[in-house]
Amino acid sequence: MSANTTTKYMNPYLAGFLLGLILLAAFYFTGEGLGASGAFKRYEIAVLEKVAPWLVEGHHFFGSHLKSGESILENRLVYMILGVFAGGFISGVVSGRLTWKVEHSPKISSKTRLIAALAGGMLFGYGSQMGRGCTSGSGLSGMASLSLAGFIALFAIFGTGFLMAYFFRKLWI
Amino acid sequence: MGPLTDIGVLNSNWELLIALVIGLAFGYVLESAGFSSSRKLVGNFYGYDFVVWRVFFTAAITAMIGLMYFSYLDWIDLSLIYVNQTFIGSAIAGGVIMGLGFIIGGFCPGTSACAAAIGKIDAIVFLVGVFIGIFLFGLSFPLIEDFFKSGAMGSVFVYDFLGISAGMFVFILVLFAIVSFYFTARIQRKAKPVRY
Repeated sequence: MSANTTTKYMNPYLAGFLLGLILLAAFYFTGEGLGASGAFKRYEIAVLEKVAPWLVEGHHFFGSHLKSGESILENRLVYMILGVFAGGFISGVVSGRLTWKVEHSPKISSKTRLIAALAGGMLFGYGSQMGRGCTSGSGLSGMASLSLAGFIALFAIFGTGFLMAYFFRKLWI
Repeated sequence: MGPLTDIGVLNSNWELLIALVIGLAFGYVLESAGFSSSRKLVGNFYGYDFVVWRVFFTAAITAMIGLMYFSYLDWIDLSLIYVNQTFIGSAIAGGVIMGLGFIIGGFCPGTSACAAAIGKIDAIVFLVGVFIGIFLFGLSFPLIEDFFKSGAMGSVFVYDFLGISAGMFVFILVLFAIVSFYFTARIQRKAKPVRY
């Protein structure tokens, strides 16, 4: 996609400032920051509860968020991620970026990109549970609340990204 | 005085509605900043586009300074704010695995959601991967439960850990951010441009 078919992106510092205000609002209203991976975990457990209740019941991970008489989907993160999809969609409509595509470096095929995306997603999904939150919940929100955990997450995620970038450069540049 | 749901001003139904609205703004800003493009996100690690660094750091600093002012003005009770608990081993291990996922997959869960929303098929596949990864974590949980719960330090603040005041820590971090914005801009100007 060339530059003249898409509108320009927002200034990154302005976007960061707005995102900071949104994060501040989340803390002011709900006492907690932003998050994404927690919502996916809850959707997944809600499905497992229906299709494989034997797996969920008494399980120290899948079963740990279930409370009797309360749906696992009655949770702010579950609603927040619906908002993220909707907000992203609206921005895509406004900026003219709404299109089906596999974005990849010209040096790799769409198939390679999709295999890498699946593998990366699997790692991120696994790591987000190990690290008790992803870039949003553990990293960004953890940093804003000045928790040590937030800064560890930041260093570990970005540090690994910088260290490993060389080995995966063929995927991107 | 906030947080409004914690002090009982807003009930849990309001909390869900507010979360939806906050998510809407979150997704809108992420997409507007270009976080729906994996090649733009990953530019952070190759030096050709530091948008992730700029947005991420500016947001974190804005929110932490905002929280300090809100506390100073008695608008928020910081003792009611959720502070992530630190489990040293699993935090590092999880972060390293996520970093690998980032450089291979090109997204994180939040950014893949907003990229999927504008039709990026690689983001949809990444999301499928996230669900598989969470499932595999659950399956492997009995094996790693001890490690997952080891090294528990409780809700530790980074400034206490470093032995300085909160104000001093934030001040140093802001200076670091400004210096890093200057140098990342220089690196980006010298990097080979990538079209995407």
